[in-house]
Parts: sequence; structure tokens; C-alpha cells
Amino acid sequence: MNFVLDAQEKSLLEQIKTKLPEIGNDRSKLIPVLQLIQAKLAYLPAEAIHVVAAHLDISPSEVYGVATFYNQFRFHPPGKNAVKVCLGTACHVKGGDIILENFERKLEIKEGETTADREFSVDRVACVGCCALAPVIVVGETVHGHMQPSKVEGLVLRARIEKEKQEREKQQK
Amino acid sequence: MVTLSVDASKIEIAAGTNLLAACLQNDIYVPNLCYIEGMDHPPASCRLCFVEIEGKDAPVPACTVEVRHDMAVRTDTPGVRRLQKTALQLLLSVHDVDCKNCPANRNCALQDMAKFLKIALKSKHLDLFLKKSKIDLGHPFLEYYPNRCVLCGRCIYVCRAQQAHTQLTFAKRGFDTVIGFFGNPQSSPPSCDTCRACAEACPVAALLPKP
Ligand code: SF4
Ligand code: SF4
Ligand code: FES
Ligand code: FES
Repeated sequence: MNFVLDAQEKSLLEQIKTKLPEIGNDRSKLIPVLQLIQAKLAYLPAEAIHVVAAHLDISPSEVYGVATFYNQFRFHPPGKNAVKVCLGTACHVKGGDIILENFERKLEIKEGETTADREFSVDRVACVGCCALAPVIVVGETVHGHMQPSKVEGLVLRARIEKEKQEREKQQK
Repeated sequence: MVTLSVDASKIEIAAGTNLLAACLQNDIYVPNLCYIEGMDHPPASCRLCFVEIEGKDAPVPACTVEVRHDMAVRTDTPGVRRLQKTALQLLLSVHDVDCKNCPANRNCALQDMAKFLKIALKSKHLDLFLKKSKIDLGHPFLEYYPNRCVLCGRCIYVCRAQQAHTQLTFAKRGFDTVIGFFGNPQSSPPSCDTCRACAEACPVAALLPKP
């Protein structure tokens, strides 16, 4: 899915463009440039890939090939609720993969992706350090232990109701 | 010119020739997938073209060696065949063998090599490991079948030879590795619409022009 850049992201990308000349256009600068963009935008949007390709005079597909090799780069914006499902050893044994699958099905996205409204993103992580609570997920900064499919339902539902409420309040104002 | 012996034959060939090319040109078949004649730096990624060279402890991929005068090469030792069989079996263990429904049927490098090495296309002792996505229709003119692709890289090589900036690339890594296209191929000369060099270079039917 291709996300449309919001106004803030657009201006950040413009800022980055003005910095590129001083970084130089040697191929070896590819990863530093990608890291810079990810640090500013929190992901690598398609527009940014094209900017980098033009700057280094290589094809977008080459930029993409390198970027997809590394786990540190993401291609979807983090959602407002950034869900990280632990698939470390303990959580895996306790069915973490089922929890991940639950999110994927409920949100109709795959791991590493973000819902079109940018409300949710789902990623997998390795051990987050509280194996006794397995299976564990982390939403934003909050750890949720002993996850169950019903808790996944609840979490997603609560976030959606919350969003609707906020929108209604906005309209009333 | 240099003279070398390959199995029972004596070969005379220009110095500097690639050993794999020298064998193939003289009708000595050595299994291979990733080598294309004229490559400056063969990727040697398929690990199929092993041969034994006198004086070397272990078999070497023929595509990484230049012929030398008086070289003595064996292409059919048990050690070589064992390596080749394993390499091909590993490739087939991540390959969706469905020849009946495959456009490459009867014109397929995998079928040919399996026959030559006398192994079955469907392995009995290796688990089949397929990717989730069966087909990628992201490219405007090509369809890509990840579970047919043997990741030989030939398509990337010929694409780069057609145009300064290859439109194809290895994307992701490990078992997830695929051929990726990204960007706007229509705008690049020559247009992918008329080029098709990659699809022609594919030894299986993993990259096909869209109908
Ligand atoms: S690529 Fe070859 S081995 Fe694979 S399904 Fe097609 S014909 Fe069969
Ligand atoms: S698409 Fe074909 S040519 Fe390209 S890497 Fe895969 S098998 Fe090789
Ligand atoms: S394995 Fe999940 S918290 Fe340790
Ligand atoms: S042809 Fe030599 S390793 Fe592939």
C-alpha cells in the first residue's frame, strides 16, 4: 500500500532534500541517507526512495533492494497504536504466532504493515524481557502480558471506539 | 591458445576463457544456472558447476576459474556429482514443482539437470518450503512467480546490460529473498514493454511477460 504523505512528512522530506548535497552522492552514502530519512520520517515512503535514487543516480529498485535487506528499515508509517508482537522463544512457545495472526486477520494487514487509516501497525519483535508474562505484546510503550485472542479483539475494539469518540467530539466543536 | 584436458578430451582454447564456457563450448556438459557468457564477475551463486581440478584439494565452481595451460579437469567424479545433486535438491526444496501447469515444462533448466543428475524433482527427504505469495503482479509488463524463481540473478544481470540502471534487484533476504521491481519502469529506456530481456534469460518460468 502506498501512503500519502501528510503535510508534516512532506516538509520533512523537503528539508532532507536540501541536506543531500552536503552528504555527497557516492553510492556508499546509500545507507546513511536511508537512515537519515528513517530517523526523520520513521519510515521510508516511496517518495523518499525516489528522492534517494535520483540523488545517487541509481534506480529506485536498487535502493529498494538494499533497504529491504535490513530489518532496521520500514516501508509503512508506524500506526498510532504501534503493536509489537513478541515472538521470542518463550512467547513463541506460548502461542505468540497465534496472537500475531489474530492481529493480522482483525486488522486485515500483514506484519510490518499499517492500516490505511494509520491507526494500527503490527510488527514482530524478539524477546522484550518479560517472558514470565508470555505471550507478550507491546502497544506503544505499554506491555500487555498473557495475551489471548479475546484480548486482541478487545484492544482493537477499544481503539476504534476511542477514535470514533474523538471524531464525534471534533465534529461537535 | 592453451591446451587443457577435461575428462577424456583435450581442449584447445583461447587463454583467459572461462572454464565453464570452455567445457560447454566443447560439448562437455556441466550443470549450471547462474553463469552467462561474458560475465566479468560471475556470481557463482547456484553452486552447480563444480569440477575437480588437479592440484586443488576440493572441487571448485568452474565458472569462477580461467583456463590455464595443461590444466587437468574432471567433471564427473563422485564428489562433484554429490555436490551437484545436493545443490539441485536444495533448490528444488524451495521450488513449487508443478510442471503440468508451468510454461517452462519441457524447456526447463531444472528438469534437464534433474534428468542429467538422475534425481527426482520432488525430494523425499527434504521438506518443501514455499513462500506465501504465489505471484507478484506489481510490474506493469511482467508477472513474477516467487516459488518458481531459483534466484540465479540472470534477469538482473541482463537488465543491467540493457540499461545503466537495473530495474530488477534482489529484495529482502534469506528464505524471503525475491526479485523486486520498484519505481517507474515505463520511464526508462528501453521500455520494459518492448525489452523483455529478463524474461528471456530466466531458466525457469519465474518471470514472464504479462499476457
Ligand atoms: S520451472 Fe521447471 S521444474 Fe519448475 S514447475 Fe516449471 S517445468 Fe517444472
Ligand atoms: S526470475 Fe528467473 S532469471 Fe530472475 S533470478 Fe528468478 S529464476 Fe533467475
Ligand atoms: S520471549 Fe517474549 S518476552 Fe521474552
Ligand atoms: S554456474 Fe557456476 S555457480 Fe552457478
